[in-house]
Amino acid sequence: MVPALRIEDLSVEFTQRGARIAAVRQVSMDVAPGECVGIVGESGSGKTQVFMAAMGLNAGQAAVEGRVRFEDADILGTGPSELNRVRGSKLTMIFQDPMTSLTPHLKIGVQLAEVLVCHAGKSWSEARAAARRMLERVRVPEAARRLTQYPHELSGGLRQRVMIGMSLMCEPTLVIADEPTTALDVTVQAQIIDLLRSLRAEAGMALVLISHDLAVVAGLADRILVMYAGRVVESSGAGALFGRALHPYTAELLKCIPSLSGPRLARLPTLTGQPPRPGEAFVGCAFAPRCPRAAQRCRTERPLLQDVSGGGPEPHAAARRVACHFPLSA
Amino acid sequence: MSVPATNEPLLRVTDLRVRFGARAALSDVSFDLFAGETLGLVGESGSGKSTLARAILRLVRADRGAVLWRGRDLLTCDAKALRGLRRDLQIVFQDPLASLNPRMTIGESIAEPLRIFAEESTALEIEGRVAGMLERVGLAADMMNRYPHEFSGGQCQRVGIARAMILLPKLLICDEPVSSLDVSIQGQIVNLLLDLQRDTRGAMLFISHNLAVVRHLSHRILVMYAGRIVEIATRDALFAAPVHPYTRALLAAVPPPPAEGFVRAPPALMEAPAAEPPPTGCPYRDRCAHAVTICAASAPALEAVAEGHWVACHRSRELLSFAP
Repeated sequence: MVPALRIEDLSVEFTQRGARIAAVRQVSMDVAPGECVGIVGESGSGKTQVFMAAMGLNAGQAAVEGRVRFEDADILGTGPSELNRVRGSKLTMIFQDPMTSLTPHLKIGVQLAEVLVCHAGKSWSEARAAARRMLERVRVPEAARRLTQYPHELSGGLRQRVMIGMSLMCEPTLVIADEPTTALDVTVQAQIIDLLRSLRAEAGMALVLISHDLAVVAGLADRILVMYAGRVVESSGAGALFGRALHPYTAELLKCIPSLSGPRLARLPTLTGQPPRPGEAFVGCAFAPRCPRAAQRCRTERPLLQDVSGGGPEPHAAARRVACHFPLSA
Repeated sequence: MSVPATNEPLLRVTDLRVRFGARAALSDVSFDLFAGETLGLVGESGSGKSTLARAILRLVRADRGAVLWRGRDLLTCDAKALRGLRRDLQIVFQDPLASLNPRMTIGESIAEPLRIFAEESTALEIEGRVAGMLERVGLAADMMNRYPHEFSGGQCQRVGIARAMILLPKLLICDEPVSSLDVSIQGQIVNLLLDLQRDTRGAMLFISHNLAVVRHLSHRILVMYAGRIVEIATRDALFAAPVHPYTRALLAAVPPPPAEGFVRAPPALMEAPAAEPPPTGCPYRDRCAHAVTICAASAPALEAVAEGHWVACHRSRELLSFAP
């Protein structure tokens, strides 16, 4: 089966005051058609940069290497005209802040309809009717009236619904959602996650969900990739990962999430230290300075991402991979 | 109206109201805060949490009400007296980098309160205090000559806390201090705040939209909606037996630990249909599954449903009897 998205050996580097800063280091992943892959990691882990590079959205700012295939075409390094045949229609993105990603001076209806006019050659009247149907699909109440409103007249949650609707106008194969609920209140967040889940069931598109919040990802993803300092350190089915993390970083991160249930703790569990700073040089495992399991080998030799599920050479959904010399046992 | 006091509160806020133009950002806000106590303040964006923090410190103007700090009204005292009193009232902001002056070294930022209040006379003494404070918040003393951009978000928040704590304030207001930090760093900052509070025995007003964090460090919790307090209770009462439908919705919306998977959003939890809550009646009624006629007619007042547990809901008695 041809994956919806295949990323191979992707590296992204920025140059700042003459110094080269690696944001993404040799990341590879597949997203199968219809699959939901969660990408988790802390700020600076490179999780957003992987997809900004894949979508050609950091052009000129970064040195990008590697290969990105969307369905059966290479999209990395192709020009905007080539890229725009899929970008915004078959391969779309939802951003964190629905206020800054909508155009403030255009009515909602125009912004939604425009997608079909530009990408599918539809007439404005056809596109407008489709925009109204889309608002209903993303459960925006009073869809007809909303079409004539401006973004500032809508609440944050409604704006994010509009953004999600916009990303679905051309029935995409893959939607990349970058922290889609981070700017929203917890009540609205629960609704947006619920909406994404039902839309995926209805439309069958693949979804990449980028988030620093493991609990949000847990609600949607089939498979999870954990990133640290620009690399994938663990990749696993969601159930297996949350049941038993193999990488000490994942395990420690899971412990850090404060819970509403269970005993109240006098002190919150923490991960000591800081992630490496951008551009900071290190040998061995990037997590070693913060790792409770680190040994001498971790400080000298970088662990490679290896299959630990005993699967064959073909990548399969249940495969577990971990980049650690001393992983926890499954 | 306030929670019954066994001793004199450090801070007593009564009937506080703030208007931005015609819109009420805070209405009828009253509560007490005691020495050594941490009061958690939760609510969604736009509920007035930050406005309340700023109104207490007189960083925004309240047009009605009183903020009594050890019996003195901060809202009416003259500028000179206010300046003196502010020594004991400090705040830590959400965005750690934006709240530090990028052109001052972090040592200068932390020393600034000492200079303003002329606490130490010599440069050497100031440097000693700053070095001690840096170590107290988990940073190396020799970092004092560096600039904010050289630090990570978590480290900048430690600097912000050091600056707020260097005068050993009696009240520390933390306005979403961990919201912009990664989960691996959040716990470090929360634990630091708890340690510092134990040292100073001061009061803390901890604002957060993260209920799980609030639960871990608050003695009492105040829930705000559309500029009003809708519920105040001790931590255990609030989490075990929330009464206000909004509080219940907030708690239900928190994602469970990842290992347990995600629960569907409860149907009662409705998004506000408009960006603005209705101006009269109960501001929550448009989203409330329990709303009845009276909810549109008048805004419910905060009433005690149990010892130390106050709820502003016309149907609080009925809701008490059936828990979620």
